[in-house]
Amino acid sequence: MTAGNTCSVPLVPVVMPSTAIAVALIGLLVGIAHGFALPGAAVGAAIGAVLAFMLVRYVPDRRAGSLIATGLFTFLGFAVSGLTGLVLGAIVGLTLGWFVYWLARGTYRRNLPTYASPVHVLSHNAFRAFCGAVLFFLIAPILTIMPLSFNAQDFFTFTPEMLDFVAAGYSLKHYRDFFGNPDWQQALRNSVQIAPVATLLSVSFGTLAAIGLSQSDVPYRRTIMAVLISPMIVPLIISAAGMYFFYSRIGLQGTYLGVVLSHAALGIPFVIITVTATLVGFDRSLTRAAAIMGAGPMRVFFRVQMPLILPGVISGGLFAFITSFDEVVVVLFVGSVGQKTLPWQMFIGLREQISPTILAVATILVAVSIVLLTTVELLRRRSERLRGITPG
Amino acid sequence: MFRVTAFVVGTSLIAGFANADGHMANSMTLVSWGGAYQKSQINAYSDPYKAMHEGLEVVWSESSAEAVAKLRAMNEAGNITWDVVDVVASDAIRLCDEGLAMEIDHDELLAPAPDGTPASEDFGSMIVSECFIPQIVYSTTFGYRTDLVGGNPPSDICAVFDLETYPGNRSLEKRPINNMEWALLCDGVAKADVYDVLATPKGRAQAFAKLDTIKDSVIWWSAGADTPQLLADGEVVMGSTYNGRLFSVIEEQNQPVAMLWDAQVFDLDGWIIPTGLSEDRLARALDFVYFATDTQRLADQAKYISYGPARMSSAPLVSMHATLGIEMGPHMPTDPENAKNTFLYNYEWWADYRDDIDDEFQAWLAR
Repeated sequence: MTAGNTCSVPLVPVVMPSTAIAVALIGLLVGIAHGFALPGAAVGAAIGAVLAFMLVRYVPDRRAGSLIATGLFTFLGFAVSGLTGLVLGAIVGLTLGWFVYWLARGTYRRNLPTYASPVHVLSHNAFRAFCGAVLFFLIAPILTIMPLSFNAQDFFTFTPEMLDFVAAGYSLKHYRDFFGNPDWQQALRNSVQIAPVATLLSVSFGTLAAIGLSQSDVPYRRTIMAVLISPMIVPLIISAAGMYFFYSRIGLQGTYLGVVLSHAALGIPFVIITVTATLVGFDRSLTRAAAIMGAGPMRVFFRVQMPLILPGVISGGLFAFITSFDEVVVVLFVGSVGQKTLPWQMFIGLREQISPTILAVATILVAVSIVLLTTVELLRRRSERLRGITPG
Repeated sequence: MFRVTAFVVGTSLIAGFANADGHMANSMTLVSWGGAYQKSQINAYSDPYKAMHEGLEVVWSESSAEAVAKLRAMNEAGNITWDVVDVVASDAIRLCDEGLAMEIDHDELLAPAPDGTPASEDFGSMIVSECFIPQIVYSTTFGYRTDLVGGNPPSDICAVFDLETYPGNRSLEKRPINNMEWALLCDGVAKADVYDVLATPKGRAQAFAKLDTIKDSVIWWSAGADTPQLLADGEVVMGSTYNGRLFSVIEEQNQPVAMLWDAQVFDLDGWIIPTGLSEDRLARALDFVYFATDTQRLADQAKYISYGPARMSSAPLVSMHATLGIEMGPHMPTDPENAKNTFLYNYEWWADYRDDIDDEFQAWLAR
């Protein structure tokens, strides 16, 4: 079965009603917004049926058909509610154009064997729709805050000006506030100073602990492991309160070192777990072979073992970094105002004054993490290519 | 001659070690509520104070919401890191009872009014605890969306309970204080009898029954910023919050919102000094508080936020808003026009009944 297979679907009993229902739903929504719910649905159904019929009968070229649908709905949207309707209409039109051909041409059977039963086809597509919905629910809240961060007002609200795409409804003032406000800048500096050092400590100690604990001759291995992993299992607030009283007594409360140490303790379990997992697949005879060939223990570690378990170390390090960078409970206890981190500042901002500056910061952080993760992934692929291993 | 030299050397040595203010610490941590309120304090108190004291470092922490819990923990850990803490009056009373806040002789440690009236008389009944240094009078009151009430703007607190005339959601604070009182007032209980009625289980049932009539239309808030956000969204038609927040929504953010001052509940906010400060830090804290609560400084704060100064002598000095250029007098909760019908919050009564009613309220919320 090839990709472009056109096992045609009957136009009148299937494609037309489906499209009619889809457009009727949209018509209903638009109708409710403008106070004519049922007529809206009826008009929508009519438009949908006619559109499906015309496209399938007279426009064999898919691209042209999509273009026609998009043009039609863009015009309709603009007629109903101006600039906003134009954009929404374009999106609806594009989707509908795709939908009509997807149904009519039988594209929905593309990756299925020809003998697949209707139930099989339905469940396959339902599964794909479900996966799409899951991804949508995960990403939608993040995407929503991005336009909101350009709000010209000081509230988490899509103002009428924003929805009408008027330039006055948008502003960079929350970004200016972030870059110009000493509170936010201090918080950013603190976060950037604390997280990498805490990560470095977590990675060093965690890797060593994992290697040590993977030796079979260590006594009480499971107990030690449980103790080291406990910061991940014990509720954060308990660790935080404990650290607060202990650090107060030894003079570390409210110091940079105190916060770094507490974050390192929180990060270590992640490193231990990921490194232990990679060590399972590590062949110990390699270290023995290296030793036989005259390498000392340090050399064996850095030249043989470390490169092989590096993926585990790096992902553990990433987790440790994120833990420290996102952490708000422990730092509230262990830190003082001098160690106010970004999450702390955001927490205060949300509680005392709901300001879109938080959204601007969130948008910047999302952008930075996307860039960071993409870079790491590209570097990983490059090094694998250089080493002659192709990613699977 | 030798003595004079020794004296000069001695003092300059001390000055060298402890800078120009002699025995005072040269850094200080102030704790407040963040947001516009803290900004007004920075503008009116700490910036001018810093300008007078070269080399002084002032750190602000936005932790007043958890002041009681944190001061308890600090006390247990023997590590007091705050110097002056802004709290509401009821928290000051609790901290004072627990010995976590220092008792103050108001006349000795605070500035007299410009005409020489001692501080204790100038503050008058605002001094609700031996440890409490009053700063502002604020009120919890309602704001409503002017575009959602039709041609019939509410002028009576009972509009909150009138779902027929004013359909839509309202936001109320997620605690019994104020809500119980308002419910009784709108259920026919006279203002003077509210606390007597509320002291009986039957009275509380009456208050909950009144609240039940609007329960499905209530959005409960816990941070002062929630109601402004909900009003700006049009999510609620009216909601309670602190009057300064509403001032900001109306005058600074230009939202279609107006004040419903009826039955506003006055409350106080002020400084406390934690017990257990070292001598040099205590000296700095006292010096700052003396400066920051004098007549002019309290009047200055009202240039930035619409809370009434706690000193009687400050009232005539209240002037224009620093940036908006509008007269602040009419926006004060204490302005006669706004204070036609106010409700007096009873600290002692709530101190006695708080724990029980909190439990009942939570149980009612969960029903």
